[in-house]
Amino acid sequence: MENIISIFVKSIFVDNMIFAFFLGMCSYIAVSKTVKTALGLGIAVVFVMGVTLPINYLINKYLLTPGCLTWLSADLAEVDLSFLSFIIFVAVIAGITQIVEMVIEKFLPALYSSLGIFLPLIAVNCAILGGSLFMQERGYANVGEAISFALGSGIGWCLAIVGIAAIREKLKYSNVPAPLRGAGITFIITGLMGIAFMSFMGVKL
Amino acid sequence: MEEKEPMFSAKILKLFTNPINKDNPVTVLILGICSALAVTVKLEPALVMAVSVTLVTGFSSCIMSCMRHTIPNRIRLIVQLVVVATLVIVVDQILQAYAYEVSKQLSVYVGLIIVNCIIMGRIEAFALGNKPWPSLIDGLGNGAGYGLILVVVAFFRELFGSGTLFGFQIIPESWYISNGGFYENNGLVILPPMALIIVGLIIWIQRSFNKQLIGK
Repeated sequence: MENIISIFVKSIFVDNMIFAFFLGMCSYIAVSKTVKTALGLGIAVVFVMGVTLPINYLINKYLLTPGCLTWLSADLAEVDLSFLSFIIFVAVIAGITQIVEMVIEKFLPALYSSLGIFLPLIAVNCAILGGSLFMQERGYANVGEAISFALGSGIGWCLAIVGIAAIREKLKYSNVPAPLRGAGITFIITGLMGIAFMSFMGVKL
Repeated sequence: MEEKEPMFSAKILKLFTNPINKDNPVTVLILGICSALAVTVKLEPALVMAVSVTLVTGFSSCIMSCMRHTIPNRIRLIVQLVVVATLVIVVDQILQAYAYEVSKQLSVYVGLIIVNCIIMGRIEAFALGNKPWPSLIDGLGNGAGYGLILVVVAFFRELFGSGTLFGFQIIPESWYISNGGFYENNGLVILPPMALIIVGLIIWIQRSFNKQLIGK
């Protein structure tokens, strides 16, 4: 249990998807003009991440790692399918996003109208695939840890995009040099936020 | 009936050179930054990443362009993902076989080429409406524009962060404080946030020279 909480806190603050790994930067820059849309996208990312990552974890554990097919038959102990992980993870993410979109549209129309346009974008959000690949690389011990990692990184991403959106809303009133307006200043502010987030690095969990 | 174009006409060459400066995917269109920043601590992985992305972008554009009349519009995203993912698996396996050290350093970022927005963007915006040959050139050009930024950022980060380029010592050893000199490596440049700030500065410089890019 302690392990789960420490993974959760660590993936929000220390290993933040944006500030430490630059994942999901494209939508981070493009959709951070107002806090409201940023929050919408952030919640959608938490949601899709929380659903896809545990599924990919199970697929990886029971189908892809070398020698893991022994539960099917002892002859398959030598089979190593790990090279297929990219294509399977992407397929799962694209498929789940589609299903999630349809389910939300059917049962939660209010949520759909606020998240609707963001859901297809998420299928190609690097943070989601990155989460699955990090999960594979770090080898979490059980589904609980994978879920806490998924939710933690999703919330960390959401926190970052809402933060930058809030700063950009205020930034409209400041006098930035013309060539730096828009993308340039956003990059530099993100860098400064990243330096601020680095102060969490020393935290022992 | 349109005329048959020569293979390297001015128009085709423009497809290659435009993305390197005026339509640079990283600094102007703000695409594909995710992986651009994480692999730029050292020049060598940055260069490998640049070459991999260039090849994947070029060939995926070319393949999608060959298939553009046969794919139903509704499922084209899935087909694109499968084509790109297959190419990336090939690149990943080649890297693991012939450049294992670099492949370890790049870790998950090789896999992340699949969701690199540049590739999807070029397929959607260019390859689905053009012939295979211009699509290939357009893909390669965009990959090269991406690679250029990657290499520039990595150059500064490795030079100021470790005093080396491609692992060779550039800053003389006798300059270091430990050897009685005055110089110390700047540890801050190695840290992730500095990559963002360097890209911000590159955008600033580029837009100062190219006035028509300002004001979006």
